Amino acid sequence: MSVRLADTPARPRVRTHELDAVVVGAGGAGLYAALELKRNLGPEARIGVISKLYPSRSHTGAAQGGVCAALGTTEEDHWEWHWFDTVKGGDYLVDQDAAEVMCHDAVETIINLEHLGMPFNRTEEGRIDQRRFGGHTRNEGEAPVRRACFAADRTGHAILQTLFQQCIRLDVAFYDEYQVLDLQMPDGPGGPVTGVVALQTSTSEIHSFRAKAVLFATGGFGKIFKVTSNAHTLTGDGVAIAYRRGLPLEDMEFFQFHPTGMYKLGFLLSEAMRGEGGFLVNGEGERFMERYAPTMKDLASRDVVSRSIYQEIAAGRGVGGKDFVHLDVRHLGAQVLNEKLPDMTGFIRTYFGLDPLTDLVPIQPTAHYAMGGIPTDIDGRVLADEVGRLVPGFYAAGECACVSVHGGNRLGTNSLLDILVFGRRAGIAMADEVRRAEAPVPDHAAGVGVAAQRDELLSRADGERPAVIRAELAEVMFSHCGVYRTAARLEECRTAVRALRQRAARLVVQDKGLRYNTDLADALELGFLLDCAEATVESAVARTESRGAHARDDFPDRDDVEWLKHTFAFRDAAGGSPRLAYKPVTITRFPPKPRVY
Amino acid sequence: MEIQLRVRRYDPESDPAPHWEEYRVEAEPSDRVLDLLHQVKWYQDGTLTFRRSCGHGVCGSDAMLINGRNRLACEYLVKDAGTRVTVEPVRGMRVVKDLLVDMDAFWEKYRSVMPFLVNDELPADGLERRQSPEERDRFEDTSKCIMCAACTTACPSFWSNPDYVGPAAIVNAHRFIFDSRDTATEERLQIMADADGVWRCRTIFNCVEACPRGINVTRAIMEVTREVRSSGGG
Repeated sequence: MSVRLADTPARPRVRTHELDAVVVGAGGAGLYAALELKRNLGPEARIGVISKLYPSRSHTGAAQGGVCAALGTTEEDHWEWHWFDTVKGGDYLVDQDAAEVMCHDAVETIINLEHLGMPFNRTEEGRIDQRRFGGHTRNEGEAPVRRACFAADRTGHAILQTLFQQCIRLDVAFYDEYQVLDLQMPDGPGGPVTGVVALQTSTSEIHSFRAKAVLFATGGFGKIFKVTSNAHTLTGDGVAIAYRRGLPLEDMEFFQFHPTGMYKLGFLLSEAMRGEGGFLVNGEGERFMERYAPTMKDLASRDVVSRSIYQEIAAGRGVGGKDFVHLDVRHLGAQVLNEKLPDMTGFIRTYFGLDPLTDLVPIQPTAHYAMGGIPTDIDGRVLADEVGRLVPGFYAAGECACVSVHGGNRLGTNSLLDILVFGRRAGIAMADEVRRAEAPVPDHAAGVGVAAQRDELLSRADGERPAVIRAELAEVMFSHCGVYRTAARLEECRTAVRALRQRAARLVVQDKGLRYNTDLADALELGFLLDCAEATVESAVARTESRGAHARDDFPDRDDVEWLKHTFAFRDAAGGSPRLAYKPVTITRFPPKPRVY
Repeated sequence: MEIQLRVRRYDPESDPAPHWEEYRVEAEPSDRVLDLLHQVKWYQDGTLTFRRSCGHGVCGSDAMLINGRNRLACEYLVKDAGTRVTVEPVRGMRVVKDLLVDMDAFWEKYRSVMPFLVNDELPADGLERRQSPEERDRFEDTSKCIMCAACTTACPSFWSNPDYVGPAAIVNAHRFIFDSRDTATEERLQIMADADGVWRCRTIFNCVEACPRGINVTRAIMEVTREVRSSGGG
């Protein structure tokens, strides 16, 4: 089929929508923000949620084990303990004022979520039940504490459903299956942001959404790695769009590898399996975490456990000499597995054909979570630079953002908490801005640019297929920019990413139609992945220390003198290496200490 | 091993009628049917169109009719599907392109059952509402629904009457009717008592077999029906 477009390159046909606020992404952060916008601005407010998927497909729904708050329903706990654990878990790269807000707000936010209908598991007294999770301790490291609130092992699913349902109740407008491809920034990189431009998947038509406030809640970019827990659709769209528009990306070198990915598949087996009493064993049947983390053992923070697994494998103690170890949950018994970990039990049966009651489960670290992203303040306002200038009208929350509350390594259950606390706060702050803002000035050039990008891809007759380049990118990022890094491997990776970017300038899309052109989407998403990979590897090359998830064989120690600072990567418009700037870490309460579990 | 993959394809813009296309794909026994579709789309024919996201059975994007039964493509392994695999779009919904169907009416029906907790009174102590583990267990099963539409599009009553609200929407009504915290039970039961509500169920049990989440869909429908009866809606 030939391309038939009713518009011309100089003046593409663009459908325009005038809204008060636009939320891009329908996961937990986006939906909570939309809810708060409606609650604060009233039923007449025009609040739109744009998502490239149906909202219930968002990856928040894949989160399993829990969301933490120091409720203390089953044992003594205090939000200040949670604050300490978060700072230590992040290897002191956490901005402590932001983490204070998150851990303090956690309690009220979880209660509010219950009021919205969240089906939490309950204690016998009818309160929200809680369980243990990695890195969460009583009294600054004494012992594991029960802080994770949960709905079986589908906590994210329950959160996503609850927020989507309440958005329906409040009549939020949903634009499903629209892929956002650019921001409207008529005055350039400093802002303001006055809307977004999106491609409607069902028609390939260009839509201009104008709004007084825009939130990016577009999720992560785990698909830059070969073995990942992330969905196929987690391609860093929002992160890359901000980067292309001259905005910085913060701490991109910090990417979390979760210890218990299903071997080769990468899907997650929840940390709750260890929280409920499971443990790791090497090829010799030894509980090796006792050697690496004498106090917290299998519930040390994720970066520590993932590195321990790599060291066991490097020492020849993987199972059968291969690149995996075992998760042992046999002793948990049928009741715990069926009632508290039913989905995990199902995954193991479906994909491995194993029975967790009688079999050991093969696992390997899997690329899971971006600590870095679009820098924001504690109300989701996007920062234009390392000195803290704000971009009017622009907000980010959730995995695409970097507040920074996770620093060098995020604690388990803090991601669901992050989307709730900061999605909610961003929604409230946006409502305030919407009340005061003037009518947005449109950025017509953005629509023209998106149309040109679409038309070029649809009209090119030959070139490389996106999948080929994507596979090479994911392979090199996983092997060279993964759990352990060196200068030599990172340099090779940087060179490889540059070469892939050049090849990606000539992609071919085989589907030339305009209706549900998912081949076109594949090509566009590859571009986003390449931008995220560039910022990740370039930031990693520069950081000559080991901190949190960024572990350098050639610089094995944390260097607080030189590197207690956040990386800000700015894209080079001419195609060269990004410019790197740095911002000091905010330390208010906990001076950096050696990190031992 | 080599798999013969037959896909029912249709682009209403250019094809006069649906037709079958056959592909040969190399696969491991542990691969999923979704991997086969990706192999075709990425390396053989970029025009093949379907929805997918998470790839491991939790987002609900890729329900399809595979070897004659509704399943999630990401949850069905080659070792179980065999060397000849047939993939078609789910039944009873308009085909938009290949394996991708029009979901608009499905979401409208979901919205029609008031799928949200209604309770505007907050506990006086400022804490969470109390709910016993037993009270929560009443809707645990139906809270697992991922809206993949496998149940509704396997239902003969839905095929013969597209206005039937369908098993998926009833499951989501059940989720709230049996939640001890909810205060809109009467309204929801009235919706369920509609001529195109629960009465259309003929207890054929296709929905139970189709559900990738293992929800006992027919039991949920029966429980809602019983509530409708006892509230006088029947």
